[in-house]
Amino acid sequence: MLRAALPLLMLPLAAARAAEEPTQEPGVPGESPPGLALFRWQWHEVEAPYLVALWILVASLAKIVFHLSRKVTSLVPESCLLILLGLVLGGIVLAVAKKAEYQLEPGTFFLFLLPPIVLDSGYFMPSRLFFDNLGAILTYAVVGTLWNAFTTGAALWGLQQAGLVASRVQAGLLDFLLFGSLISAVDPVAVLAVFEEVHVNETLFIIVFGESLLNDAVTVVLYKVCNSFVEMGSANVRATDYLKGVASLFVVSLGGAAVGLVFAFLLALTTRFTKRVRIIEPLLVFLLAYAAYLTAEMASLSAILAVTMCGLGCKKYVEANISHKSRTAVKYTMKTLASCAETVIFMLLGISAVDSSKWAWDSGLVLGTLIFILFFRALGVVLQTWVLNQFRLVPLDKIDQVVMSYGGLRGAVAFALVILLDRTKVPAKDYFVATTIVVVFFTVIVQGLTIKPLVKWLKVKRSEHHKPTLNQELHEHTFDHILAAVEDVVGHHGYHYWRDRWEQFDKKYLSQLLMRRSAYRIRDQIWDVYYRLNIRDAISFVDQGGHVLSSTGLTLPSMPSRNSVAETSVTNLLRESGSGACLDLQVIDTVRSGRDREDAAMHHLLSGGLYKPRRRYKASCSHHFISEDAQERQDKEVFQQNMKRRLESFKSTKHNICLTKNKPRPHKAGHKKKDGMASVEAINKKPRDLGFQDTAAVILTVESEEEEESNSSETEKEDDEGIIFVARATSEVLQEGKISGSLELCPSPRVIPPSPTCAEKELPWKSGHGDLAVYVSSETTKIVPVDMQMGWNQSISSLESLASPPCTQDPTLTRLPPRQLDVDEPPALLDLSSDPRPTFAFPPSLAKAGRSRSESSADIPQQQELQPLMGHKDRTHLSPGTANSHWCIHFNRGGRL
Amino acid sequence: MGARGSHSAVPPDADSIRRETGFSQASLLRLYHRFQALDRDNKGYLSRMDLQQIGALAVNPLGDRIIESFFPDGNHQVDFAGFARVLAHFRPVDEEDPGMQDPKQPEPLNSRMNKLRFAFQLYDLDRDGKISRNEMLQVLRLMVGVQVTEEQLESIADRTVQEADIDGDGAVSFMEFTKSLEKMNIEQKMSIRILK
Repeated sequence: MLRAALPLLMLPLAAARAAEEPTQEPGVPGESPPGLALFRWQWHEVEAPYLVALWILVASLAKIVFHLSRKVTSLVPESCLLILLGLVLGGIVLAVAKKAEYQLEPGTFFLFLLPPIVLDSGYFMPSRLFFDNLGAILTYAVVGTLWNAFTTGAALWGLQQAGLVASRVQAGLLDFLLFGSLISAVDPVAVLAVFEEVHVNETLFIIVFGESLLNDAVTVVLYKVCNSFVEMGSANVRATDYLKGVASLFVVSLGGAAVGLVFAFLLALTTRFTKRVRIIEPLLVFLLAYAAYLTAEMASLSAILAVTMCGLGCKKYVEANISHKSRTAVKYTMKTLASCAETVIFMLLGISAVDSSKWAWDSGLVLGTLIFILFFRALGVVLQTWVLNQFRLVPLDKIDQVVMSYGGLRGAVAFALVILLDRTKVPAKDYFVATTIVVVFFTVIVQGLTIKPLVKWLKVKRSEHHKPTLNQELHEHTFDHILAAVEDVVGHHGYHYWRDRWEQFDKKYLSQLLMRRSAYRIRDQIWDVYYRLNIRDAISFVDQGGHVLSSTGLTLPSMPSRNSVAETSVTNLLRESGSGACLDLQVIDTVRSGRDREDAAMHHLLSGGLYKPRRRYKASCSHHFISEDAQERQDKEVFQQNMKRRLESFKSTKHNICLTKNKPRPHKAGHKKKDGMASVEAINKKPRDLGFQDTAAVILTVESEEEEESNSSETEKEDDEGIIFVARATSEVLQEGKISGSLELCPSPRVIPPSPTCAEKELPWKSGHGDLAVYVSSETTKIVPVDMQMGWNQSISSLESLASPPCTQDPTLTRLPPRQLDVDEPPALLDLSSDPRPTFAFPPSLAKAGRSRSESSADIPQQQELQPLMGHKDRTHLSPGTANSHWCIHFNRGGRL
Repeated sequence: MGARGSHSAVPPDADSIRRETGFSQASLLRLYHRFQALDRDNKGYLSRMDLQQIGALAVNPLGDRIIESFFPDGNHQVDFAGFARVLAHFRPVDEEDPGMQDPKQPEPLNSRMNKLRFAFQLYDLDRDGKISRNEMLQVLRLMVGVQVTEEQLESIADRTVQEADIDGDGAVSFMEFTKSLEKMNIEQKMSIRILK
């Protein structure tokens, strides 16, 4: 890390030197006649921003270097590393420049570095959790900070009275109280930096972190009051001043919060009207939040509180109003800025510590402070928790208290405040600075390093990351309503009562006022979870290879209603794809935690089966392959036509059951990714249904297609991602139908053992490949469980009243494996990577040359074998046109070749 | 809440109710006062009307269902024991203080399962032990409000049922219901502090 940082650091220094030297030289005559300089060095013009940029760059590079090693960052918190780096850099600067430069200036810190961090934490604060624990947070923030400040200050004073602090530290009780007030506040930056890596449970985190944010008001007030008392001199402080001090606590805290809420309101209101200028939405968020911070700072209110409340208050409405992209932009910019600021703060802290001119060491003071802050923090936490636990539903246990005591990290706020002290008024400033630096370093480095092992050792409940499910969301709402109702019945106006009130107020007035109408409409939490789940489904579905759905996922935010049909089918599909009750798609990806192996196998088949729609869809998206796509579409149409006819013939016979059973389906399937859906649904139905029921499912979706097509075509006009419209293709379809009708040789579904239905379903959209028949059949033998094969056989026999010669299955299977191994075995991977290209990127002839080869090898033997069966089967039960479309397609292709 | 002292201060057979519900003396007394306040005509029992007169319940989307849960088996009145029994579901779980619970009773009313069962029967209108899609839809309709269209509601209901439905019967049984919430801290979420 040093090597990376060093040259960068040298650059500005060298540049500064270089810039300093010429300033003395221009006096030399003849050296610089006013001519056109080819090269001018203008360091001074860019110095300030250049240095800022460089420091941020150094800090970021350091961060990268730290994270190169996972081991280091898992053991050592980043903040420690940054402080240490800062120390080293500070040493180098000191050595090179002979004076300490680039320190943490309180002005810079409070005006530029702190706001992003606080905004980030306020904006992304889990508000529910925060308000659930508001009582505890406020107690710790107000009472705890006051307690810490006074006890630490008083104890230090006592230490001095006892003669343990050297007499050269000239400080009275007020000075020590002032010092106590600045050293007592738990620092949000440090807490965030350390706790983010520790992952304690949410309640614990929100209490410590919320405390660190909200105690700012107390710190500011205490600091200001003590400071002015010190400046006035203890003799001049009157009783009214104490009262004023207490009053100012309320003014500063409530005022800060009020400023924040006003700006939150403004921000929410502004974003309501940015529909036409989406691009400035993220900027507005930052500007108004920053304005809140500056306004509060200007009125000497608690700026941290202001920006926290601003972030907390505006989030709901802003998120609803701004566009999806703006949301992402806000999120990332905020995180980037915060992390940047945090990095720079810790590094500058390290650098600042090097400046020995500010230091004045007194061991008694330093040690005393360290011990006292730890001791009184622990004592304060225990006392407060004891009181709080009388009122808390979930008491904070001892382990929590240990972590809370130990997690009271001090940080840059204390340092900035101590630097701000006036040496003329506070003669012991240098001692305080040194002590503060030691305290900050100790808490960040020692406690930061040890808190993780401690948490592990104490077995503190860790935070569990689980994605929200619809059930949880819905039931959570139910619980809230139940609790509110029970509170009503009990007649106790408690927390749930007020939350309920607030929610109703929000729904009735605030949301109406602050949210865009369109946003308000879709802004329901349950709907929101539903929506996000679907997005996630869609995304991971795409990751799995089903490219079809991506457009659906992306168009959702603006128009949720029209996509709901499609979404449902996504859900069906994914659910049935082996995820069982668990809709967490990461689980689907990695763990085959489906219901059983069968499901896993189904999932496998699914991912294999989905690559085709993707390819096809790609083509239909692109304008370059229209003709190709049209061909594909024709194939599909042929298939659908055939299926439809076949269904009609089935309808009249014995398969009414499956029809009724499948009837609910069609309205779910369809839409733009209909064919993909159909295939998948069909496949997924397999475990439960028998062979030809699948067929029925497919056909039904096809039948329902017309109306849905019209629906979807209407809706999809809005976004230009619509696809597949059959209207144009009908004539071709008819032709194709004739062709297929003429091919009476085609084997019936029976042909491809053991699961023709599967093949049928696969084929039309996998139809580019002759060997797919092989793939599907062999694959299904592998994955379709034995009982299903039996089911299949039964359905066949009931349908066709013809016992199938067992020999027809075996030869096919035994013969096929060799090819299937290299082409089809890893279906998802291989097919995805290799298949789409030949079909679309290469001229058709090339792609099909390969295909015809496979066709000839795969098709012919099967036909030969099965032709004996074909004759009356087709005539009795299937109309000529219903011959297996797979085969038709191949014949068509052959013809095209 | 009002009306204290106008009736007898101690509920009838307080001890047996306490034993059953696990309420502390103070909570039970408090509940009894509330019960008497709700019981406008000093009937000694509450009718639906009494509960419906609680203003905030009228605006609670689940208010009616919760009122209904006080009147199991089609009863039209609930006495104090029944009243306390329902509310006992929301007593916080004391893990550290098992003395509060009667060891003889294997499952106190405020156990996780009973809390869940209470919630479950709010969904399960026809008491068939399953939340059908339709029942889910009805709850959603109550909770979600007008801004979401019927179509969307249906798809949410579909998905919700599917999400929880493990055995694939298109409905959520109680086991599936508990399973879908197994990660949630029910003990905490379904408790009200003052009902110690």
